[in-house]
Amino acid sequence: MQPIATTFFFYFLSALTVLSGVLVITRKNPVHSALALIVALLAQAALYLMLYAPFVAGVQIILYAGGIMVLFLFVIMLVNIEQSQREEQFNKQWIIGLASAIALGALFVFVFAKSKSLFPDRGISMPEGSNTQQVAVLLYGNYMFAFEIASLLLLVAIIGAVVMAKKRI
Amino acid sequence: MEWHGFRRALRDGTNEGLQPWGRSSIAPITTLHYLVVAAALFVLGVIGVLTRRNVVIVLMSIELILNAVNLNLVAFSRIWGLHGQIFAIFVITDAAAEAAVGLGILIAFFRNKETVNVDEINLLKW
Amino acid sequence: MLDYVTSYLHSDTTPGQAGNLLWALIYIMLIFLGLSVAVIAMNWLERKILAHMQVRLGPMRVGPHGLLQPIADALKLLIKEDIMPAEADPWVFWMAPILVVITAFTVFIVVPFGPTHAVTDMNIGVLFMLGVSSLSVLGIVMAGWASNSHYPLMGALRSSAQMVSYEIAMGLAVVSAVLMTSLNQTGTGTLSMIGIVQAQQAQHVWFVFKFFPLGLIAFGIFAIAMVAETNRAPFDLPEAESELTAGFHTEYSGFRWSLFFLAEYSAMIAVSSIAVTLWLGGWMRPFPTWLSGETWDLVFSLIPGLSFLLLAAIAFLGVIRMPKHPYFRVQTIGLAGFGAVLGLIGLILFVPPVRDRIQDIFWFSAKVAFSMYMYIWYRGTFPRYRFDQLMRVGWKVLLPLGIGVLILTAVAGVWL
Repeated sequence: MQPIATTFFFYFLSALTVLSGVLVITRKNPVHSALALIVALLAQAALYLMLYAPFVAGVQIILYAGGIMVLFLFVIMLVNIEQSQREEQFNKQWIIGLASAIALGALFVFVFAKSKSLFPDRGISMPEGSNTQQVAVLLYGNYMFAFEIASLLLLVAIIGAVVMAKKRI
Repeated sequence: MEWHGFRRALRDGTNEGLQPWGRSSIAPITTLHYLVVAAALFVLGVIGVLTRRNVVIVLMSIELILNAVNLNLVAFSRIWGLHGQIFAIFVITDAAAEAAVGLGILIAFFRNKETVNVDEINLLKW
Repeated sequence: MLDYVTSYLHSDTTPGQAGNLLWALIYIMLIFLGLSVAVIAMNWLERKILAHMQVRLGPMRVGPHGLLQPIADALKLLIKEDIMPAEADPWVFWMAPILVVITAFTVFIVVPFGPTHAVTDMNIGVLFMLGVSSLSVLGIVMAGWASNSHYPLMGALRSSAQMVSYEIAMGLAVVSAVLMTSLNQTGTGTLSMIGIVQAQQAQHVWFVFKFFPLGLIAFGIFAIAMVAETNRAPFDLPEAESELTAGFHTEYSGFRWSLFFLAEYSAMIAVSSIAVTLWLGGWMRPFPTWLSGETWDLVFSLIPGLSFLLLAAIAFLGVIRMPKHPYFRVQTIGLAGFGAVLGLIGLILFVPPVRDRIQDIFWFSAKVAFSMYMYIWYRGTFPRYRFDQLMRVGWKVLLPLGIGVLILTAVAGVWL
């Protein structure tokens, strides 16, 4: 099936992503920030689908929206947010931070304007139907070692989280 | 949007005539479009990390940055093959590990200092 | 326009893959309708079955044998005042039930009721189902937090910990089933729901019985995890009424509460249909190889009609046993009418073209219905778990068991 109305969906989803991103960094209440971030993540999963990456989109929904963000919400509920909401939300050096971030953005704009020819429109066409199989072949073939290292990293993260969060070890 | 174009698009499954504004004068979506979105997300994440005081929101801004990188990787994988998608999966794994450890540190910190403000984390040891 | 409508009828794929939006929309409407009817029926059946398990009668007053009780309940919920606590977070409070309902219904896009009877077939079907159903925990957490009250918050905390823990065991069981699709030299593996059932057809075995104990253990892990995932007894700690009043939906009433109710039951049906697709052969009829041949095909194709006729017979038995007092006259006529409708459906199901088309859907629904009966049975028999026991079962029993089954499945697939 051919994609329909790609232009409309692209602009809609990217506007959703960026607007929720703005909400994430401006809300006082961390729960609202987390919910906005979830919207951003889901919209981004849809963008992955538009880029013919269904497996990454699925992983994004399961791991990010269903796993990591639930962890975030869980921790936000554990810590007391009543007090922090009444305090100042931005730190003292916020002007410098904002200025440098905007400078970074300007740098991006400059690079994109200068190097339009670097990013070709169409590259190789990838059949969506066998995306998962191809990802599996690469993941367990070329990137086998990186895959094992990632599992080690997760083990270290589990141990680290337990050491940090447990009252008495 | 014109009804005939919509109907034709439904019948043939083509993209033509389904542009929400005007005829098909709008340029197709290229990789650069995705890069611009990713750059916007990245800048938003950097602003969040540099200006917010709440640790939880700082961590969430880091997630935003990682997602901007992921979007870049997946957008490039449309040009240069699947390796970008593999890397995006690894980035998601790292994000999970980072969130677990970061939130663990946050809980330990909150238990000791009763605050979640990042500029009050100014002791090397407690 | 007309040829656009009829063009799909000749294709042999799902409307989503054929690119026919109109038929996809029709399928979505049908699934929505069927799901609503199933939830209403489930409401009545659960009360009746629980009552009979406890040697009670259950609802008897509204309609014959309480058949109209769900409709009365729905009316009551719709006209009830919809209260929002003053201290609640209005946006999140408002969004939570909607999110839960959306996730519970979205899952059904990829559920294969038959080889072509699905809205669409995705390359990542199983991943999509697991992902979207894992989003429902967000709705529960949002509801608990937004109520700004102690019991809902505790319910939400319990719910998030429980669902995140059991998702892992569930995922491992699913992976071992997906692994089975690629074994025995029957082609490459697949994540698509239709592809998984077709793999079972090609291998002539339901995956429960594959590699004898392994498939069964994986199915058992999934069957336990799916009860925990839908917050049903004996894992209903997020809404344990003796501890937390009603858990995360304590502060909800009226229409919003009924959305939670709807979502809970359709989520149960959704996870049951994952289990049926992955392990119980999807739309395949029982004994496809043992009792094969034209005759057996005919015999099994008569079962849908016969089962409806049996239901009609039970209804007419109820008519006969109804007291002969004039007070019961309306109820008797109503029950007779209901039995007549059931019998008519049964007779329609005997007509050959309908009989052939309805086969797949009937067997799929029958298997899901069996799973739903198991849910009610669990609720009637098992006492509720304590929270530490729940965590122990999830992390120390199901997770290692799942990893072991996964490894053994891979080994068995390579060697056998």
